[in-house]
Amino acid sequence: MTGSSKLRIVFGRLLQAVPSVIGIVIVTFLLTRALPGDPAVYFAGPAADAQSIQEIRVSLGLDKSKPEQFLIYVADLLQGDLGHSISTGFPVSEELLRRLPASLELTLVALIFSLGVAIPLGILAATRPNSWIDHLCRLIVTAGVSLPVFFTGLFLVYVFYYLFGLAPAPLGRLDFIYLSPPEVTGFYSIDALLAGDFETFGAALAQMVLPAVTLGVFTLAPIARMTRGAMLQVLGSDFVRTARASGLSRSTVLYTYAFRNALLPILTTLGMVFSFMLGSNVLVEKVFAWPGIGSYAIEALIASDYVAVQGFVLAMALLYVALNLTIDILYTVVDPRVGMED
Amino acid sequence: MASFFKHLRYILTENPVTLVAGSLFMLFVLLAILGPAIAPYDHLASNGERTLQAPSWAHWFGTDQLGRDVLSRVIVATRLDLAIAAAAVALSFGIGSVLGAAAGFYGRWVDGVVGRISDTVMAFPLFVLAMGIVAALGNTVENIVYATAIINLPFYARVARAEVNIRRNAGFVQAARLSGNGDVRILLTQLYPNVLPPLMVQVSLNMGWAILNAAGLSFIGLGVRPPTAEWGIMVAEGATYIVSGEWWLALFPGAALMLAVFCFNLLGDGLRDLVDPLRRT
Repeated sequence: MTGSSKLRIVFGRLLQAVPSVIGIVIVTFLLTRALPGDPAVYFAGPAADAQSIQEIRVSLGLDKSKPEQFLIYVADLLQGDLGHSISTGFPVSEELLRRLPASLELTLVALIFSLGVAIPLGILAATRPNSWIDHLCRLIVTAGVSLPVFFTGLFLVYVFYYLFGLAPAPLGRLDFIYLSPPEVTGFYSIDALLAGDFETFGAALAQMVLPAVTLGVFTLAPIARMTRGAMLQVLGSDFVRTARASGLSRSTVLYTYAFRNALLPILTTLGMVFSFMLGSNVLVEKVFAWPGIGSYAIEALIASDYVAVQGFVLAMALLYVALNLTIDILYTVVDPRVGMED
Repeated sequence: MASFFKHLRYILTENPVTLVAGSLFMLFVLLAILGPAIAPYDHLASNGERTLQAPSWAHWFGTDQLGRDVLSRVIVATRLDLAIAAAAVALSFGIGSVLGAAAGFYGRWVDGVVGRISDTVMAFPLFVLAMGIVAALGNTVENIVYATAIINLPFYARVARAEVNIRRNAGFVQAARLSGNGDVRILLTQLYPNVLPPLMVQVSLNMGWAILNAAGLSFIGLGVRPPTAEWGIMVAEGATYIVSGEWWLALFPGAALMLAVFCFNLLGDGLRDLVDPLRRT
């Protein structure tokens, strides 16, 4: 196995993402042009007369043929231009970029939480099949996917904010008595640490606990289920029996032999998990008034701001492709069998 | 057939959870059918004298900000929620299984096109795509059904494609061909029936997800509009009151939603045991 063959496989994976991206661009273009009625009338607003509608139609390029319009759309996209929001007039791409760190911070903390709970739970369930912990795991797995995220979020708010007063008010990333830390990464927790401001760090973390747990509980289920399944399969295989028979310690067998092999299928499920997460992000952001791109999309939906909604859909889809690509490349790097046949 | 019922009884007695899920399912279906007939109050009638009352003997689930009975609204909402999910699942089942079966049978460009369509749908985070579709097609209940159907399509197409593909050259297919059956006839009468059992499992698992998805869309203000009773929008309306302690507005519709999804998921697991005993978990 040589380094260059792995590099070639990674490059091949990158190429495989190209059709997905093309498909995404076509679909978002179709979604923008499938507006009910005449888009120019929407863009012009309710007070427009026939002449200004015509002007807007020309300025938006809507008088051109559909293929031409598509080429213009792609050319704009290549320059990072997602159009201007109808309701605010600001460029959609700037607004999305400004709000992206808030969503990413929440999603990453939620992912860390759900991996931290689901993987140990799955391993415990797999090593003790049919014990109480296995049944608990099964219950959590089925209950986890059945819980509507917005309902879990509200329930947590009621219990921890209203009843016990443990959590801060579910209103955004930072309580209004704190100033947001000087921006470096856009992640409030990291920025506060960089500025050495532990009080703000604590406050930012406190705001994040409930939304992250809400998002995490929903994604726990597929990870725990996959961990349990993969571990059961690996633990039943011949090389684990050989390792046990050779007298290796329990922990060596479990972690060095079994878990490292079970990691690969777990890594694959993360793709599905991200799809869940990015989607439920929108709902969680609404419940906790989190100023991320999800709440931007909801505001845009209420204002019938289609340009902003389509920009959001495109941005989320590209983010999802990028995450899937990262998982694929990680898989290639982690899996010792990839590239062996060369 | 007798052996099927024996197996069914075995599954039900072996795993009582499936029995519970089955009874819950019957309950939801009854609620959906009877709906307004068994609701204790008119689900739209507001009453200024009894707004935001906590659960009591007169109003088991309390009353909302307009004095409407929450229990009646939760019961009436069952029909709409189940109907949206059932319509969406039926659409993706019908279209997805036919497309998938054709792709698995004909291969070549048919397979290529169907595969590309599924891949493109799957390239989006599914809930986000549903949001985009509803925003583009217009904010109505029918469009929620279409959006939910589109995002579920790839799952059906993939299962159908795989099931048909492994059997396309099986002995019974060759026998059918030798006795003079055409492609379409073989596909419909010999191959398509094999797709149905695994797809039934998929339907049950998918129903729960479709309900969640539709309720999520109406929670963010898409599709269903007030004063229509629907679980997602009821939770959204109740959300404003939860920080001031009026928990019953959001809890009961949310719990009904959760229970419905839970019941379909358990039923799906039970059905899988019935159809495919090898994949029991």
